[in-house]
Amino acid sequence: MRTVFKTSYDADINLFRDSVQAAWYLALLALALVLPLLLDVFMLGEVTNMLIWAVAGMGLMILVGQSGQASLGHAAFLAIGCYANVLLQERLGLPFIVSFPLAGLIAGFAGVLLAIPTARLHGIYLAIATLAIAILTDDVIVLAEPLTGGVTGLVTPTINIFGLEIDRYVTPDRFYWLVLAVVVLTVLAYRNLLRAPLGRAFAAVRDSEVSAQAMGVNVPRTKATAFGISTAITGLAGALMGHFAGVFNNETFSIIISIQLLLMIVIGGLGSIHGAFFGAIVVALLPQAIALSRDFVGGLFGTGSMAMPGLDSAVFGAILILFILFEPMGIYGRWVKIRTYFELFPFYRRDMFRRQKSYLKTERLR
Amino acid sequence: MSLLEIDNVTLRFGGVVAVNKVSFSVEEGEVFALVGPNGAGKSTLFNLVSRIYDPVEGDIRFDGKSILDKAPHEMARLGIARTFQNIELFEQATVLQNLLVGRHRHRKSNFVNELLFSPFVRGEERRHRDAVEKVIDFLDLQAYRDKYIAGLPYGVRKVVEMGRALAIEPRLLLLDEPASGLSVEETQDVAFWVEDIKTQMGITVLMVEHDMHLVSAVSDRVLALADGKALALGTAQEVQNHPKVIEAYIGVSDPHQKVVT
Amino acid sequence: MDVLQLVVSGLANGCVYGLIALGFVLIYKATEAVNFAQGDFMMLGAFITVGLTNQAWLGLPFWLSVPLAVFIMGVFGYLLDLIVLRRMFGQSQIAVVILTIALGFVLRFVAGAIWGHETVSLESPIAGKELRFGGVVLGLDEVAVIVVTVLLTIILYFYFNRTKLGIAMQAASQNQLAAYYMGIPVKRVHSLIWALAGAVAAIAGVLFASKGTIDPSAGLLGIKAFAAAVIGGFGSLPGALLGGVIVGLIEPFASRYIAAGYSQIMPYLLLFLILVFRPHGILAQVHRKKV
Repeated sequence: MRTVFKTSYDADINLFRDSVQAAWYLALLALALVLPLLLDVFMLGEVTNMLIWAVAGMGLMILVGQSGQASLGHAAFLAIGCYANVLLQERLGLPFIVSFPLAGLIAGFAGVLLAIPTARLHGIYLAIATLAIAILTDDVIVLAEPLTGGVTGLVTPTINIFGLEIDRYVTPDRFYWLVLAVVVLTVLAYRNLLRAPLGRAFAAVRDSEVSAQAMGVNVPRTKATAFGISTAITGLAGALMGHFAGVFNNETFSIIISIQLLLMIVIGGLGSIHGAFFGAIVVALLPQAIALSRDFVGGLFGTGSMAMPGLDSAVFGAILILFILFEPMGIYGRWVKIRTYFELFPFYRRDMFRRQKSYLKTERLR
Repeated sequence: MSLLEIDNVTLRFGGVVAVNKVSFSVEEGEVFALVGPNGAGKSTLFNLVSRIYDPVEGDIRFDGKSILDKAPHEMARLGIARTFQNIELFEQATVLQNLLVGRHRHRKSNFVNELLFSPFVRGEERRHRDAVEKVIDFLDLQAYRDKYIAGLPYGVRKVVEMGRALAIEPRLLLLDEPASGLSVEETQDVAFWVEDIKTQMGITVLMVEHDMHLVSAVSDRVLALADGKALALGTAQEVQNHPKVIEAYIGVSDPHQKVVT
Repeated sequence: MDVLQLVVSGLANGCVYGLIALGFVLIYKATEAVNFAQGDFMMLGAFITVGLTNQAWLGLPFWLSVPLAVFIMGVFGYLLDLIVLRRMFGQSQIAVVILTIALGFVLRFVAGAIWGHETVSLESPIAGKELRFGGVVLGLDEVAVIVVTVLLTIILYFYFNRTKLGIAMQAASQNQLAAYYMGIPVKRVHSLIWALAGAVAAIAGVLFASKGTIDPSAGLLGIKAFAAAVIGGFGSLPGALLGGVIVGLIEPFASRYIAAGYSQIMPYLLLFLILVFRPHGILAQVHRKKV
């Protein structure tokens, strides 16, 4: 196991633990940059989809993993970001380079607006309130047909950045690089947040509101900030999703997407950036894996491949149940354990990461 | 002028009078202890000073100004720090991060330059870290710096909580039962720390404590409470021998015995 | 006159929501877990009854298959707690919510794989019959739904407040460890509660399927029932029913008097407003944490 000797406070403040870790991440970034040269168009599309989900996942992760507020309504902010981005381009004629960040700002503003009345709500009640917002947004999109196209939906225009045309089908590699840039910026912002006072204030609100307050943290405002940052990032992901899909309507951002997003970050591992990516890999690649295995099984019994509605989400649900039961820290938790096993070999003990069971004591006083 | 003045404060929960017309003041630079049986209203007084509850009557002044129009999170900025009876630490964070949250009132950056992590934010972070390291040295927490709270033993958690309150650099420190659940040696440490907090750091301490050894060892003045009413004010010795205080702890004749838990 | 029919059909719908909400509240009251799959329990209960009753499947007599379905769902609930949820002891509420959401996905798939994805209706003796009071025509199915729901709520209310097991269930919810020390078999109590919730869901499913049709995604109705539970006040049995009735009544009236599209919106708008202004519902039972 490598031990890092810290010689200044900066060792704890820097982005990377040491130069070795920095080198690993730079290598990963380099690989990501040349990926369009290595993959065919179909696989590149899948990876792009995965990265967009990862951005959305990081958005929700800031809220759930960092500030401890559960949201079942983030599809609403995906939708707001997506519709804002397209409408700003189509109706106001703004270029993508302006409409895209504006879409994020609008989604962030909407998140703050939602956070103000719901600041008093906790846990499951907040989840329900956000769920209601997601359903309402879905319905509002249908009702506001003149603007949103209702159930027919809208078509995304081709992105044009200073004469450079970016289209998911015509120039998939450019679209991939655009998404990658958003991903890198989001990861940077997320990391900065974690090492800054605001990130610690989020953790404080998550773990104990009453003592966060005693430390001088303005709890409602911190929650609203968490909502704003989270929904802004989610809005950006929504805008990218729109461009990825080409055509979208209210169904694109149904309540199921909200739920899937939350389940995704739980599978990945709550509270870590890695978790958002691991979760996104599962969500984006699972349908392909299922399709492949179905063809395989079909070929085995000679039945051919037949469609089974709901199979994707059922498998997804089953995986999630197994994770919650046996690895509540998600894929990232398992990853950390495996890494520790090799680092400490042969001294790893089974109970090293064992968590203390706590007995439930109600907060209801009736 | 006193640092903290509790002026004729009353608080009722439904029909129960938790605090009944209590008045006292804490002078700058002293250690002031609140003692009394369970349910006497000691912690409620703490929660009143931290603005978790609103008094139905009376005024609370800090540094001459009423704090009743302030929000709970503004107390830290005024210079009032506190600990909790049942330890309220940030479980999923390290000791270092917990202490750094205590620096929140000194935060000067806004979220935009924090998301960009500008050089200014880095400079601030170094400064906060420096202040926190002083607390770590003071409380001997070096070994636990990067440990998560969730895995720490009870005694260490109590110390971390005190450290987090000190990181605020308060003028008034509210300690809610700093020695409850601690061993004799750990309690001794707390006594030394409280002494040093008063003399070296110049911080005024208001504490609730059941352990009369600790109270007599560190406090300049003691106020005994029972059933929400103030019974006696004076030195630890005077209060322990006060007839009303003896009466409040029914069933035990020896005044020294009964207050010691 | 048609306002009365609107009220009755709204009430009948509301009672189904109320019954599902009752399942939520039962589990929440006793275990502080939130079962997001309660709607899917209802769907499963309905499909089991369909499988037992309908001629295309087993063709058993209706009055035999209903208790059988209720029993099967009870056992299902019991086993679910025994095998899955017992392991969640001491984990966060949200983890349980996510687990049950995932469970809902799985149940929906299983039901679809067994009974297909087309809508089916239950061949029940109360379906399609009418009751006439003077000039008023009411569906027998709708009246039956209302009567059964009211009876069930009363029984459960007395069960929780009067019987030993009911009070033990309440105690287990207040403080698991203390209840355990007092000799209450907390784990078994939890399993029994899940069994009870399964049974109630089966009854809701039978009622739902006999006044309309059922398909595997009918479980999504659970979300609306969930809204009802919160509107009424989570943790209160009469509140669950009240919330269900409110949601049931709001829908037809909103689509009648505002516009068709708004009937979907109103329950959730109401839910959101209730959460903002009266976070713990109309019949609140929650207080703030003590420091």
